[in-house]
Amino acid sequence: MKTDYDVVVIGAGPAGSLAAKTAAENGLDVLLIEKRQEIGVPVRCAEGVSKEAIQQFVEIDRRWIAAEVVGAKVYAPDGTEIVMGEEMAGNEVGFVLERKIFDRHLARLAAKAGANVLVKTTATGIKRVDGLVEVSMRSMGENFNAKTKIVIGCDGVESRVGKWAGIDTTLKLGEIESCVQYLVTGIDFDPEYTYFWLGKSIAPGGYIWLFPKGNSAANVGIGVLPSMADRSPKEYLDRFMEEVFPEGEVVEVVVGGVPVKGPIETAVADNVMLAGDAARHSDPITGGGIANAMKAGYFAGTVAKEAVEKGDFSAIMLRKYDELWKNDFGKSLHRNKILQQKFIKMDDETLNKLARSIAGYNLGEMSVKKLVLELVKKNPRLLWDIKSLFI
Amino acid sequence: MRRISINRYRCAYCGACVAVCKFDANELVETFLTIHEDKCTLCMACVKTCPMQALEVEE
Ligand SMILES: Cc1cc2nc3c(=O)[nH]c(=O)nc-3n(C[C@H](O)[C@H](O)[C@H](O)COP(=O)(O)OP(=O)(O)OC[C@H]3O[C@@H](n4cnc5c(N)ncnc54)[C@H](O)[C@@H]3O)c2cc1C
Ligand code: SF4
Ligand code: SF4
Repeated sequence: MKTDYDVVVIGAGPAGSLAAKTAAENGLDVLLIEKRQEIGVPVRCAEGVSKEAIQQFVEIDRRWIAAEVVGAKVYAPDGTEIVMGEEMAGNEVGFVLERKIFDRHLARLAAKAGANVLVKTTATGIKRVDGLVEVSMRSMGENFNAKTKIVIGCDGVESRVGKWAGIDTTLKLGEIESCVQYLVTGIDFDPEYTYFWLGKSIAPGGYIWLFPKGNSAANVGIGVLPSMADRSPKEYLDRFMEEVFPEGEVVEVVVGGVPVKGPIETAVADNVMLAGDAARHSDPITGGGIANAMKAGYFAGTVAKEAVEKGDFSAIMLRKYDELWKNDFGKSLHRNKILQQKFIKMDDETLNKLARSIAGYNLGEMSVKKLVLELVKKNPRLLWDIKSLFI
Repeated sequence: MRRISINRYRCAYCGACVAVCKFDANELVETFLTIHEDKCTLCMACVKTCPMQALEVEE
């Protein structure tokens, strides 16, 4: 087995596959390893993503699109409805993916670009030796090491690469959404929309979502902050299901944690870059992480190429990667962290009031920015302190 | 001795507990969670985070 690489990418989620694909396309010698035996399984995702984010990096393939949506319906604790998005079908802005297929597709693109891929292969440690890195791995039960110039840690929410490299990405109890989701069939909803239910009594520190998956099935899930919830997310979700969708049958359970930490100070160390959930790149308000993971993987792949060309794998050189993600989605991570802090503190009555202030007409665009700007316009005094975030 | 016990019938191998462990004391490989008792400080972060309530302190 080959044991010398320019880049070893740890984890074959969207971040890892994009990093490996990009680095390999740039002529680097790349190894992509994944600890699971099946890439993409089990799924830990509600699978919603903007069309634009995906189109930027891959050609759309219907095999991994479960549904398309035109907008979102958001519900305050008292049931007040806010509608965002296009008025009509034919203007779909969002995809609900089939990630089991999508993640594999991305890994195949990495392989096609020239990366070596190993599944059922876990990274167990990294060690710096003479300016390079030795990655220890366990592949189908056999231990082996590979030498590499650069490690890209794309090992998701449970990332240990950061810890090994001295980048502390441990999440505090107010920095992770503890999530449970059911794939539910036989329920009644408008399949053109995603749904969100807000409120401290419904989902403390988070929200309940419904993302359509075609054929009257949907991902119905919940995220709560362990620092605020006094029951498990499963208990909150079960209560909601009983009240709202008692007729639904659950055909799949998804469990997971989403980082909602906001931007970390640095995602690099000597020879190491972190991308995607490993770098806590998911959004503190929406919990969405697919789009940022893909972007971060792409950025890390391009910086790896430059570093290899220059023969410089120091943290100072790799800071270029920090600059790229911070100047891109880093700004909205920062803004949305502040928004999250503000909104999770609101009691249900305040949320009701805010929702009522803009209920009744369609906001047009489906985005956090649009929603918050409308709220600020109608409630300048209540929200005076977040107005400046958008200037 | 007190330690964290794992209810493997509940655990959905999601890795959230690993994300909140400051002490690199747990590890998830596929469906199998391991807690390294030599490193575990019983800080309870994982117990509070687990979406499935699969972890608890065992006396
Ligand atoms: C319930 C839930 C709902 C969500 N809903 C959405 C949504 O609707 N939209 C959205 O955009 N995002 C959503 N997210 C977030 C999204 O799933 C993640 O942000 C995204 O998967 C991050 O991609 P990634 O490549 O960084 O990590 P992952 O997709 O988690 O991939 C990491 C990979 O690394 C592997 N790995 C870990 N450690 C090692 C190791 N030591 N050696 C080898 N391999 C390793 C893992 O097995 C895994 O395959 C949701 C998350 C959850 C939990
Ligand atoms: S957080 Fe709970 S369900 Fe998830 S891996 Fe840990 S013990 Fe299992
Ligand atoms: S109790 Fe604390 S130290 Fe022990 S495994 Fe859980 S999070 Fe880690």
